[in-house]
Amino acid sequence: MAGSSGKSVVGRFGVHLAVLFFVALWTVPTLGILVSSLRDKDQIIASGWWTALTSSTRTEAGRLGTAADQVEKDGRFQIAGNLFEEGESRKITAFGTRSQEPTRYKAGEVADLGDGETLQVNEDGSYVYASPKAFEGERGRRVYYSASSPPKFTTQNYRTVLFSEGIGRSFLNSLTVTIPATVIPILIAAFAAYALAWMRFPGRALLIAVIIGLLVVPLQMSLIPLLKLYNGVGTFFGVPSKTYLGIWLAHTGFGLPFAIYLLRSYIAGLPREIMESARIDGASDFEIFVKIVLPLSFPVLASFAIFQFLWVWNDLLVAMVFLGTEADQIVLTAKLNALLGSRGGDWEILTTSAFVTIIVPLIVFFSLQRYFVRGLLAGSVKGG
Amino acid sequence: MASQIFSAVLVIVIGVGGCVAYFWGANKLLDLVFPAHGVSGGAAVDNLRRQGLIRPWLFIGPAMLILIVYLIYPVIDTLWLSFHDRGGQNFIGLANYEWAFGDREFRNSILNNVLWLAVVPAACTFLGLIIAVLTDRIWWGTIAKSLIFLPLAISFVGASVIWKFIYEYKGEGQTQIGILNAIVTGLGGDPHVWISIPFWNNFFLMVILIWIQTGFAMVILSSALRGIPEETIEAAVIDGANPFQIFWKIMVPQIWGTIAVVWTTITILVLKVFDIVLTMTNGQWNSQVLANLMFDWMFRGGGDFGRGATIAIIIMIAVIPIMVWNIRQANKETGGH
Repeated sequence: MAGSSGKSVVGRFGVHLAVLFFVALWTVPTLGILVSSLRDKDQIIASGWWTALTSSTRTEAGRLGTAADQVEKDGRFQIAGNLFEEGESRKITAFGTRSQEPTRYKAGEVADLGDGETLQVNEDGSYVYASPKAFEGERGRRVYYSASSPPKFTTQNYRTVLFSEGIGRSFLNSLTVTIPATVIPILIAAFAAYALAWMRFPGRALLIAVIIGLLVVPLQMSLIPLLKLYNGVGTFFGVPSKTYLGIWLAHTGFGLPFAIYLLRSYIAGLPREIMESARIDGASDFEIFVKIVLPLSFPVLASFAIFQFLWVWNDLLVAMVFLGTEADQIVLTAKLNALLGSRGGDWEILTTSAFVTIIVPLIVFFSLQRYFVRGLLAGSVKGG
Repeated sequence: MASQIFSAVLVIVIGVGGCVAYFWGANKLLDLVFPAHGVSGGAAVDNLRRQGLIRPWLFIGPAMLILIVYLIYPVIDTLWLSFHDRGGQNFIGLANYEWAFGDREFRNSILNNVLWLAVVPAACTFLGLIIAVLTDRIWWGTIAKSLIFLPLAISFVGASVIWKFIYEYKGEGQTQIGILNAIVTGLGGDPHVWISIPFWNNFFLMVILIWIQTGFAMVILSSALRGIPEETIEAAVIDGANPFQIFWKIMVPQIWGTIAVVWTTITILVLKVFDIVLTMTNGQWNSQVLANLMFDWMFRGGGDFGRGATIAIIIMIAVIPIMVWNIRQANKETGGH
């Protein structure tokens, strides 16, 4: 690129820095939910995800053992025990006996509680509570402590959302919607595009004009009439109005103008000689299409497939109108939207679910980026 | 789980298989009814001619049927519904349109849409252009572009969760787990519930769309920048132009057509923005937009199809001129190559 030769070192350093800044700005949001989805759910609310690699500190309350646990030793009564359950990796940094001063004493310090009573809480949670008089009462004394836990990463969140929050089922539903809603329009559009490009029949030019005209119709125009139509068909035949077939056809309808537009311009550009020599050899249109046109059109078919796949997988509007909200039909995007309402503050559920919904598009995107970019400029006319 | 997977595979096979069966079967049938082989010469020619008349319609038939049912009929019906009451039975003339322009929520939506239109396409195009120019100059530019492009693959709902987490608010004094509030409190400010501040919350929602769409602008503009002839830039360098002059006076004018396509494409997207508003605020705190308002009226109180259809028509009226211009321009751009 021009200009680079005449640039100063500072200028070039600035370019690197600026790009780094933009890259950070664009990746940090996604990184946030990826890191959070792998964190322990108590840690997510205790500290920001960017501190995931450092220990997090929380102040908590606990109870000492009761009078029943006391033993007499050297004329003093002692209650000993551990604030933590066995196997915990947390460490106590400070403790206290009043909620106003929960961290008054350092861990390991012997606190003088007055009347000769002493309390010592160690880092590992073990404590000794001693008094010259015998302890009484059924409830143990309340203590406060500040515990730091080491960074903890877990796949538990994924197990939870996939198997008990219904995300796993929604994942299957999304695949059930997306695969046919990608393949069907390709098939239908490819045949139509071939006919419009290479077969002669009356009204061809008019049809092409109508299809390009339909590109400008926003999706919103179709929703209400189709909802009415589906409800009508459902009542008339006594079948459910929200079905997978219904949404496949809807996505097919919304994707078709763009698919035909894209495929036709590509197929029309294929060399005429190949078609004609095949025809002379006695091949029918069907054979020419299947054996010659389809293989040659692979790049454009792939571009459209990726485009449509991402569009359908990421779609919320069409799914909310044409599919039910029961477990057997709700797709990932709609499920995630529902979770935002019902599990608003449970970030371990939300971040993990969000990551599950974006993982498939990300894989598709990274493995097939070449075709995606190619389809993008042509695809720009479709929009959302 | 196994039965779920089985039934999912089964419906997929039925759906796709049915489609394949139609094309294959219809062609087979045509060959059987009008055989071109194994009959006398004259009959074969006749049959070939008949096949030639029918076959295009076999190929194009399903597409036409679906386009009529899913796009042409709905456009007419939506127009018809917009002149009728909520159930679609009684003709009420322009009452729905009168209602719309008198409705506070509708006017608020229009206002917000205008705000989105003013900010998002400009921001995406501008940022996309800057990043495209910068990444073209460094060795790791491709990786940088991939990463900035990545949000384009993420759904609006997924992106909304990602950004809701960034805007997350905890009461004053508590640890802020949302990165924005953490930064603000770290700098000594007070934490805010960002998405519920009227007017300004629009911008917090726009950031999400800008984050998604900048990659699109960047990729398209980057390929346009590569198409600029080296000589024009070299000549400018020899004439002593500085990098800013080269950018504004040499590069930008040459890719003006592409910039326009990117700008209008994002404009159309903005007019239809729905998911982000639904998931972030559902139109609360004065953040409503047209597409979400329409969805709302489709189901509000059992659904008011008249008003919903009216809003759909208004969206279409806004979209069509930009779309027509966009397709013309895109054709001109790709036609030139």
